[in-house]
Amino acid sequence: MKIKVSTGRKVYIVVSSLFLAGLCIVMMMPLVKVVAESFSERTYIENNQVLFWPKGFNLDAYKSIFSNPRITIAFKNSVFITVVGTLVNLFMTALLAYPLSRPEFRFRKPLLLMVTITMIFSAPMIPSYLLIKGLGLDNTLWAVIIPGAISGYNFHIMRSFFIGIPSELIDSARIDGCSEMGILFRIVIPLSKAVMATLTLFYGVSHWNSLQQPLIYLRDAKKHTLQIILYKILQDDVVDMLGTAGVTISPITIKMATIVVATVPILIVYPFLQKHFAKGATLGSVKE
Amino acid sequence: MKGKKDAVHKKQMFQDIRRHKALYIMVIPGVIYFIIFKYIPLLGNIIAFQDYDIFDGFWASKFVGLKHFKILFQYRDFQRILGNTLIISFYDLIFGFTAPLILALLINEIGNGVFKKVVQQVVYLPHFLSWTIMGGIVITQLLSPSQGLINLLLQKLGYEPIYFMIQPQYARAIVVLSGIWRDTGYGTVVYLAAMTAVSPSLYEAAALDGAGKFKQLLYITLPSIVPIVITLFLIRIGHFMDFGFERIWVFSNASTTPVLETFDTYIYKAGILEGRFSYTTAIGVFKSIVGFIFLFFGNKLSRKFTGEGLY
Repeated sequence: MKIKVSTGRKVYIVVSSLFLAGLCIVMMMPLVKVVAESFSERTYIENNQVLFWPKGFNLDAYKSIFSNPRITIAFKNSVFITVVGTLVNLFMTALLAYPLSRPEFRFRKPLLLMVTITMIFSAPMIPSYLLIKGLGLDNTLWAVIIPGAISGYNFHIMRSFFIGIPSELIDSARIDGCSEMGILFRIVIPLSKAVMATLTLFYGVSHWNSLQQPLIYLRDAKKHTLQIILYKILQDDVVDMLGTAGVTISPITIKMATIVVATVPILIVYPFLQKHFAKGATLGSVKE
Repeated sequence: MKGKKDAVHKKQMFQDIRRHKALYIMVIPGVIYFIIFKYIPLLGNIIAFQDYDIFDGFWASKFVGLKHFKILFQYRDFQRILGNTLIISFYDLIFGFTAPLILALLINEIGNGVFKKVVQQVVYLPHFLSWTIMGGIVITQLLSPSQGLINLLLQKLGYEPIYFMIQPQYARAIVVLSGIWRDTGYGTVVYLAAMTAVSPSLYEAAALDGAGKFKQLLYITLPSIVPIVITLFLIRIGHFMDFGFERIWVFSNASTTPVLETFDTYIYKAGILEGRFSYTTAIGVFKSIVGFIFLFFGNKLSRKFTGEGLY
């Protein structure tokens, strides 16, 4: 009886392992092909000879991307939005999450309700657009930074982490004459490195990847972000986008190289932050 | 007597607030932010009842009552968009919601070794790629008639390549399946955390009683994640009507738009690109009312049958 159960279990484990290994390979195949094609020569691509390894290895596509002013401007805009936007997000979220995590703050309930309502009824697109236009932010990079300064979801993650910080610690800092801002920046945030790392990832990735907000607000070509350029390139505007569709570079190679350029920053931060996000994602789903 | 008590209470409250004055000052920027960027746009929904004119502005535009809502229901466009949103959201709910559950059950069984870590790293990754990138990869690397992997496979098997992106009958499946590829792995995070929280002694006891792997799964693992499943399900129901803009937009072209156009992409196109502000705001209002009804009744049903609710 006992042996029977354990063989059944073994079979189960082997079958699910094989399935998962297959799944991982299938999921990675298209991504590997993107990279392979971005380094390949035109003739090989057009004859469908490139699968998962580059043929006729060259860097021409990358050279033409990085010498194209429209793409370099877009890259700079994306970096600015991501870095400054994430800093604004973290600062604004922490500034609200800290008081709302303290039992001595009396208006916790109404303010939490204020945040939660906006998670159910998100700000409607057209009135937000008219408001941001009215504020004169239209066609500035701030239009995609400021209106999203606090995400209700990330606020709840940060707040529930702050709640776990013992009150004794904060009270003794107060007795030592530390200001509330000092407590937030010198005690609470340093003790919350894990959640700060998680939220840096969440906020940063969402800025970097955002397409909808930049499409709405950043219509001026000088304000385009990498995702907008990528979208346009993929929609087959590649020739007039670059103006120089070379003889040796296939449009497909340009597309793939742009995908790689837009993905690499995410791949760089992914391993550092990957160990934290499971915690953050779990915290966020815990009910109040 | 009671009045005196209240007065003392009030005095204490003020003293308390004064003592922690800095905390109350700290929330001001956040409160202002929420009022300006979240609540004013919600109030701005009023333009759905006006003939909003960008030159007259919010205060001078004429009120027209329910005119735009009446027009709305007569438009063929609107019926098509409502249908598309409901159908795509429904498929996404059925398949997109169950896939992470199944994947989590599989990952949970393979021990805690390096293999599990690698699997997790790989399946989480697509969630962090933008829809622009995902759309680009799906269209060029999987579906392209000349070099897409799916078409290469079809050709190997002796079939003709399929022009997926110009045939509307595939469009909805492409959108739903791409979502599964991108988000299934990440969706397992929460389930796996709930599963590891189950005490191992429960499984040992069940094994001693002769419960096989399948019975353990059915009677221990699944019940332990029911609350989280319900919570996540309700969150999805609540967002039933806001099917993501970007996910639709990157797969939209002349042939797929008729079957893909949903509320958000239509509001963007007719509202922001064509300037029909009041009409599209009315669509937005309709959308959020229906969304709220979904959430409300979903929560009620869940409370009735399981005793668990979102609020």
